[in-house]
Amino acid sequence: MTVIRGITHRRDPAALQRFLITSIALAILWPMMELAQFDVFALFEDRKLNVFINFLGQFFPPDLQRSFLLLVIKATLETLAMATAGITLAMLIAIPLGLIITYSLSISRIGPASGHWLAKLGRYCARMLMLLLRGIPEIVWALLLVRVFGLGPIAGVLAIGITYGGMLAKVYSEILETGNTLPAKALLISGSGRVNAFLYGLLPGTAQELASYTVYRWECAVRASVVMGFVGAGGLGQLMDQSMKMLNGGEVSTILIMFLLLVLLADYISLVIRRQLA
Amino acid sequence: MKKIAFSFQNLSFTHANGKEALSNISISASAGEAIAIIGSSGSGKTSFLNLVATALRPSRGSITVLNVDPWAISKGRLQRLRSQLGLVHQAAPIPPRQRVITAVLAGRLGQWPLWKSVLSLIYPVDIAGPQACLQKLDLADRLFDRCDRLSGGQLQRVGVARVLYQKPNLLLADEPVSAMDPVLSDLTIQVLLEDAQTRNACFVASLHAVDIALRWFPRIIGLKDGEVFFDLPASEVSESLLQQLYAAERGVIPTQGSIN
Amino acid sequence: MNTHPAREFCLKCLVTLLVILSCIAVSFIYLSFNPLALFTKQAMSDVAIYTARFFPPDLSPLFLKKVWDGVLQTLAISALATLLAAIASLFLALPAAGQFGHAPKVMTRFLLNFLRSVPELVWAVLMVLAVGLGPFAGTLALCLHTIGVLGRLFGETLENHPQESTEALKLAGASKAQAFIYGALPGVFSQFLSYSLYRWEMNIRMATILGFVGAGGLGQILYYELSLLHEPQASTVIMAMLILVIGVDMVSNQLRRVQMHSLG
Repeated sequence: MTVIRGITHRRDPAALQRFLITSIALAILWPMMELAQFDVFALFEDRKLNVFINFLGQFFPPDLQRSFLLLVIKATLETLAMATAGITLAMLIAIPLGLIITYSLSISRIGPASGHWLAKLGRYCARMLMLLLRGIPEIVWALLLVRVFGLGPIAGVLAIGITYGGMLAKVYSEILETGNTLPAKALLISGSGRVNAFLYGLLPGTAQELASYTVYRWECAVRASVVMGFVGAGGLGQLMDQSMKMLNGGEVSTILIMFLLLVLLADYISLVIRRQLA
Repeated sequence: MKKIAFSFQNLSFTHANGKEALSNISISASAGEAIAIIGSSGSGKTSFLNLVATALRPSRGSITVLNVDPWAISKGRLQRLRSQLGLVHQAAPIPPRQRVITAVLAGRLGQWPLWKSVLSLIYPVDIAGPQACLQKLDLADRLFDRCDRLSGGQLQRVGVARVLYQKPNLLLADEPVSAMDPVLSDLTIQVLLEDAQTRNACFVASLHAVDIALRWFPRIIGLKDGEVFFDLPASEVSESLLQQLYAAERGVIPTQGSIN
Repeated sequence: MNTHPAREFCLKCLVTLLVILSCIAVSFIYLSFNPLALFTKQAMSDVAIYTARFFPPDLSPLFLKKVWDGVLQTLAISALATLLAAIASLFLALPAAGQFGHAPKVMTRFLLNFLRSVPELVWAVLMVLAVGLGPFAGTLALCLHTIGVLGRLFGETLENHPQESTEALKLAGASKAQAFIYGALPGVFSQFLSYSLYRWEMNIRMATILGFVGAGGLGQILYYELSLLHEPQASTVIMAMLILVIGVDMVSNQLRRVQMHSLG
């Protein structure tokens, strides 16, 4: 505290803390920029900038030739098919996996049973499997599967099926566990099998939520299908990758517009389906 | 020739929902005056103050504030005009997580360039000033506290301190002591009056408690149903006038500490 | 009390279901994809052989150092991109919330929507074209996309925030920027921070794969090794990706639990 003319001036008690935080932040910022090779001046390097601006300039007007438009529409249909088939596959994986994991369908939890630890192990393995399927991004799966099954949408379908299978399984089990589990428990106690308990006990109450989330994931799958095209999995993405490599700005902008329309369409379809299910 | 602080000419104001808050008011005030506005709830006190503060635009008629028509000048000039107007709100408009010192410093934002405002967030550019303002209101020990740790009355005083720090040429206060006990109310009104006098600024306060108005303010304006019921020196305000003013409240005249 | 008969026969539901099922069938046919072909002996042995090439993973210190550098680079890309995007979004929140009038609001929202809708990978390809291969392109790409996301979130939060404090400051002569900083920012800051941290988490995931198109990070290493058919090295990188993503998930869950405690 300094004293001037009889008035004591206080210092801001938060000053030290702020100074420390700012110093630490700056100390981290510098090496971070080095690591990310953040060199702003590279943006304005003459040569590259010209090429890029030329490329951008070609964006207008977009390429609307009939032959190319047909290609684009074909690719869009391929993308839609990829997403739909992929989600179907994902559901085929997720439903059994989800049922295994769901606690509320666990028979071994209700009463004395010799297979108690076996069931627990089974559930644990299933969760680990799910983590693996989900943890690896779909585009990595696509990259690997392209090397096994060749270029084309099949790798994309499988990639979506695998990753989204894991995702759907987790969310299905969460929905089933947080719903009203009493009917299912009652059925299990009176001796019904797991599947029956699910169909008659849990499904009626949770069907809408399950379907709604699945449709939402389908929408995400449409977007993911486009992205996977960049590693050779067909669809709109592969087309865009080819056009970009040839620096054909007109084609790229057509595809981008088509992509934005596709996303809107998928959004609309998902809205309609969800409303129907309500 | 005394300088005019503000004046209304045939001014009317209607709310967006159609309710007429003030009708055909012509009134003016000179620099250095201290005026209290009283009236029952809904009589138009808040609208009156908001019109002087240029928060509202007259529906009919005209207004001048510090010798300019605020609605006929450019945005830039209006901003500069507003930096000379200080309004103490009834509920202090301060973000809860802000510290008291920052809240008070915000009073001079209109006079500071942007870089100074940003700098002040990192380290307050002036600690002595806000401290002095808060000291007058007996709140100096809370200088670095967060505003959500204060009581209602303390928060109201921070709002007053902000206006004191601003050093405006026209001081307005909308029920500035509604959340305070009688001792603190007297202190706050006194501080505001003194501050206004140091700059020969006009001071207008709307008050709920008539006793405070009569005790401290030489000029009283009584509003009733959006019109000026009377505009008299405090000594000429009689009991019967007050009863007519508050006829809507069954003639019960509100005083500090009464629940109305 | 439910007075409706149990589950009336819902024609609409049935029709919807049939439409969906036929779309699914059409999709498989269109792609000439017979799922059963996956389970032929040939296909399964192909998969098995390919998978076997990934084990054992390359754990030599030299390569591990390379992968570790990749992890750090991925983190740096995501952190820098999110930080820059958050700062830019802070500025864009004002017009997006309508503080400068209707026309700027519409234009800003349109711009933000565009930035958001284009997938990060597409941005990455564009940035690689603009600034060349490497993590700089990745940072720019993530930054642009994130501005779209955070800009909209910040704008909506600001719009829904009570305006009294800001208006009061404007009445005392403060400029729009000053009124925002002193009036609205203290209230919305913690929400902005929360959005930004959540977005950083997602960006870490994204930064790992942007390398596939040459934008740096673990993705670039993976793509490189796979192109050279170095499966053991690739599997190390994939494991590193998994550990990174799971690790970030765990840390953020812990932080969220701590935050819940401190609020309560």
